[in-house]
Amino acid sequence: MSLLEVTDLRVSFPTADGLVQAVRGVSFRVERGQTLGIVGESGSGKTVSTQALLGLTPGGDISGSAMFNGENLLTLGDAQMRRIRGAKIAAIFQDPLTSLHPLYRVGWQIAEMIRAHDHSVSKAQAHKRAVDLLTQVGIPEAARRVDDYPHQFSGGMRQRAMIAMALSLNPQLIVCDEPTTALDATVQAQILDVLRRLQREYDTALIMITHDLGVIADIADSVMVMYAGRAAEYADRRTLYYQPHHPYTIGLLESIPGSTGAGERLRPIPGQPPSLINVPSGCAFHPRCRYVMDQCISEAPPLVTLQSEAGGHRSACWLPQAALGLDAKAEELRAEAVAAGRTDRARAVAEASAAAIEAKGSVA
Amino acid sequence: MTDATAPAPAGDVLLRVENLVKHYPVRVGVLVKREVASVKAVDGVDLELRRGETLGLVGETGSGKSTLARYIAGLHPVTSGHITFDGRDITNLPRQKMQPFRRDIQMIFQDPYGSLNPRRRVGSIIGDPFTVHKIASGDKRKRLVQELMERVGLNPEHYNRFPAEFSGGQRQRIGVARALALRPKLIICDEPVSALDVSIQAQILNLLEDLQSDFGLTYLFIAHDLSVVRHVSDRVAVMYLGKLAETGETGDVYSSGRHPYTQALLAAAPAADPDEADSRQRIILVGDVPSPLLPPPGCRFHPRCPKAQELCSQVVPPLEVKSGDPETHRTACHFPVETGEDLARAADMLRDRAEPGLG
Repeated sequence: MSLLEVTDLRVSFPTADGLVQAVRGVSFRVERGQTLGIVGESGSGKTVSTQALLGLTPGGDISGSAMFNGENLLTLGDAQMRRIRGAKIAAIFQDPLTSLHPLYRVGWQIAEMIRAHDHSVSKAQAHKRAVDLLTQVGIPEAARRVDDYPHQFSGGMRQRAMIAMALSLNPQLIVCDEPTTALDATVQAQILDVLRRLQREYDTALIMITHDLGVIADIADSVMVMYAGRAAEYADRRTLYYQPHHPYTIGLLESIPGSTGAGERLRPIPGQPPSLINVPSGCAFHPRCRYVMDQCISEAPPLVTLQSEAGGHRSACWLPQAALGLDAKAEELRAEAVAAGRTDRARAVAEASAAAIEAKGSVA
Repeated sequence: MTDATAPAPAGDVLLRVENLVKHYPVRVGVLVKREVASVKAVDGVDLELRRGETLGLVGETGSGKSTLARYIAGLHPVTSGHITFDGRDITNLPRQKMQPFRRDIQMIFQDPYGSLNPRRRVGSIIGDPFTVHKIASGDKRKRLVQELMERVGLNPEHYNRFPAEFSGGQRQRIGVARALALRPKLIICDEPVSALDVSIQAQILNLLEDLQSDFGLTYLFIAHDLSVVRHVSDRVAVMYLGKLAETGETGDVYSSGRHPYTQALLAAAPAADPDEADSRQRIILVGDVPSPLLPPPGCRFHPRCPKAQELCSQVVPPLEVKSGDPETHRTACHFPVETGEDLARAADMLRDRAEPGLG
């Protein structure tokens, strides 16, 4: 049994402008001790889908199920959720400065977390445990630094303190939401290294949410690519990078400088992510897709398991299943499919998006 | 972006920065302010920018790269040193005399939200430079602005919209149009794509590349993302705590960086390729960048450096050509990294001493 199994999760927020469909039917699993990476651009629903699991989306309409140790997280009451959140599922957020309370000492905040879940622990014990935890995440002279305030910590140290806090109750799952985005490259490497070591030691499962495909390549076991509130593709790490199927994944990989060779022109995805109030018909990616076909405009592609060597590779795209990867053969298959599946309607969409690239990527 | 060629003749240097120093005094006291220390934001930097090239300036938070950019743009007076632009000394020029140079040196900022006034229409934001420099007004100004908008990939009909009506990528295009308005010679791009999503980032990088070849622009490109810098730059300068650690042709620095800090930065940059991520050496540094208020003596990198020896804590290493390197490749290190050297183990040993908890 998977540690966490999310099925058909939907989250929407009623607003004055209309219903924002932030998550539109997402299913995924997290196995014990494994890392699931969730990649996507701003507004793809990657953060909302995990916050919904922790009961952190007030005002949102949630449906679907999320089985964690046999309990459906989405139907838990506040008190039950408090028992799980922090203790069984911990979270680390992007901005460690606003995640810590500025007026309390770092050690006190970690100790409070421990005592809130276990009243039998004395203050002194909790304080000692805080020192141990800070030492474990690599804070030098933790016994002295434990009584510092957050502003006395650097960005990297604050994120370490957040990790220490997340670890304090030995959770089975840690949700890391862009934990290194605000940090410098060398500090990011330190933090990822700490997470990797601790994961190995405690057999903790991680959900790593990021927009950085480099971080995913570094740390994830399997990856879900999200676009406009849905999973576009789901695969293990190597398959996603070397045998991508969905044009959005391909576009993301090709947008990274260096992917096309130094000094060569980048191939950006034209346009920008859609509004989640007026999600495009059919496949939400079709207005930006260079392989758009008639079917893509009218029918949303289901997330199907591909008949490939790598097990569990799923993609939501109408292109033929054999069109895998970035090589010429796959490109040929895609071209054939497009030639057969595109009439005037899709041609107009494709031309509009190509024209946007010609006009130096203009979007209006 | 242009072909990396041999060192250009001296006449082709557009901008020269010599021994630039900027210290910010730290004062204490109520009535009589005593100067007790100074923040050494930029501490003796030499740089050269050749016409038509892109120089990438890399470094972490607090390395002084953005500060350096602001001094080159003449936004604040420097403590000492010289900035020569197009053959003329522009160091600490009074406002009036600086005015003509401001046309030639423009900036694009990181934050597409904070760098545009939310209460002004896009047309007037982009048209400002024409008004300030008394170049065009009225209908002529509007026409020029719309041409610019079209050039950077914005719909000219959106002339009367407010910044809030545009997405992050489009706002960055507005910033680019504003910088381009006066046909500058040099554009300083301060982290122009770091706030954008990957797919949008690629759009802006392509745009900057097109504009460079169309208008013969020179870029000083500041970024912390090494893959972006590698993509755009002809030459790279690596900064650490107010000083240059290494400079050279992009290919040389990336393939055979000699400074241990350069190596650590390169190793830390996540590669979007699982095989590469698994196989490369991980050099994990100890601690954070120290405060520029009290920079370490000698080589500023020595407390975090896996190769540091006693000499490093005493003598500041000069930025010079190391044996075996081309003339354009200069490194400020007493014990430069040799080809094939494994820094990862030394870094781990150093770290085990400093952070005994991990292991």
